[in-house]
Amino acid sequence: MAQQITVDRQLCDNHGQCAIAAPAVFRMNDDGILEYEDSVDDALLDEVEEAVDVCPVQAIFFRD
Amino acid sequence: MEPRIVVVGASLGGLRAAEQLRSAGWSGQIVVIGDEPHPPYNRPPLSKATLAAPGTVRESLAALTFRPKRSATDVTWKLGTAVTAADLAAGVLELDDGERITFTGLVVASGLRPARVPAPGPLAGRHVVRRLEDSLALHAELAPGARVVVVGSGFIGCEVAATAATLGARVTLIEGGLGPMERTLGPALSAGVRGLLERHGVHVIPGARVIGFRGAGRCTGVALADGTEVGADVVVEAVGSVPNTAWLAGNGLDLADGVECDARLRVVDAAGTALPNVVAVGDVARYPDGRTAGPARRVEHWATPTDTAKIAAPTLVAALAGEQTPAPEPPLPSFWTDLFNVRIQGVGSPARADRIEVFEGDPAAPATGAAVGYYLGDRLIGAVTAGLPAPRQLYYRQQVLDASAPATLATV
Repeated sequence: MAQQITVDRQLCDNHGQCAIAAPAVFRMNDDGILEYEDSVDDALLDEVEEAVDVCPVQAIFFRD
Repeated sequence: MEPRIVVVGASLGGLRAAEQLRSAGWSGQIVVIGDEPHPPYNRPPLSKATLAAPGTVRESLAALTFRPKRSATDVTWKLGTAVTAADLAAGVLELDDGERITFTGLVVASGLRPARVPAPGPLAGRHVVRRLEDSLALHAELAPGARVVVVGSGFIGCEVAATAATLGARVTLIEGGLGPMERTLGPALSAGVRGLLERHGVHVIPGARVIGFRGAGRCTGVALADGTEVGADVVVEAVGSVPNTAWLAGNGLDLADGVECDARLRVVDAAGTALPNVVAVGDVARYPDGRTAGPARRVEHWATPTDTAKIAAPTLVAALAGEQTPAPEPPLPSFWTDLFNVRIQGVGSPARADRIEVFEGDPAAPATGAAVGYYLGDRLIGAVTAGLPAPRQLYYRQQVLDASAPATLATV
């Protein structure tokens, strides 16, 4: 199973904390802009939960 | 009675504690008690975006309120209520509404309140920034041209000064014994931050001491020890914080600076013995620095409640089942600030450093990009980037992680 996630680009401030918590899902490109996978395997959900927790602007959402 | 964990404090620490208790398998009651009327909300914007443009109370709350995890929905929130006293041995708390509540386990997450400048004078016109209402009240007075005097040059003081300057106020920043953010960033980057503030029109007064507030009824000026007086329409006191621990008095704890804990975040008594059913979370907790083997200290960063809850909650759930968790990996502190669109990010414990090395750029010009390493002896224990994209911070963070493998945890 896969979980859909989304990052609100209006909120995202490119702190990069999600890329620490879940590097398989989130990474910062060389310009410091977030790139991410919007479909996440369930095996990675704990990491994504961590990323949600540590985002200073709470920009990461799980989609139903 | 059904087993019950009470969490005292309903800010980010209380929220993360409740979430992590469920994640750790706690199926009994969870009651979170907080003296603010709002559910947990995000505080960093209170000195930045919210202070600049809060909108209505409803709008600012909508923007700031945390979304609780689905797993943490079965939590009882008792807001607008302060805990006034605790009998830890009996497992009873007294609340300011007269109620008494018993607990099986207790999480101390009662946080901090702003310290005030210890000088006489009128209170009206003087602000602190900790709560949403503080930020809204200050915003209302930040008219263009207003003379704003910020006392204290830590993170909050510098951020408030920058925001007020951006709004067109005439800002004076009064440093204390240390330069801007110097306690955390060290002298090189501190000088750079001072220059950044000055280039944006903030008048910085170094090395000053406030001895009084002038004015009849409302504060109109700040008197300094050297005899000068700084005229003010608005004063902001940003001189640090005081842990909220008075409610824990009388239980034989060391409350000299927050509540003393071991590396598992178990609250310890004055003899250093861990209590069986009490843990602490967030910036009220004073716990050993397992990465630099430094003295126990409180960590006043936004990441601390989340970092500590992930240790404290499983510790408590295991203890209540008569078990013990493995020794936890010590958190790596991390922090950031934003000043005039310059992002400063750091990790580790720069305040413990005895030597600083510039890795790249010029710390005197943080807007153009700089990275600084902090060493204790030969070991890299912290790194800060300023005006650089996040990948540079992530790179240096990994260097610190590699160099600061957990030291022996003396108090486990």
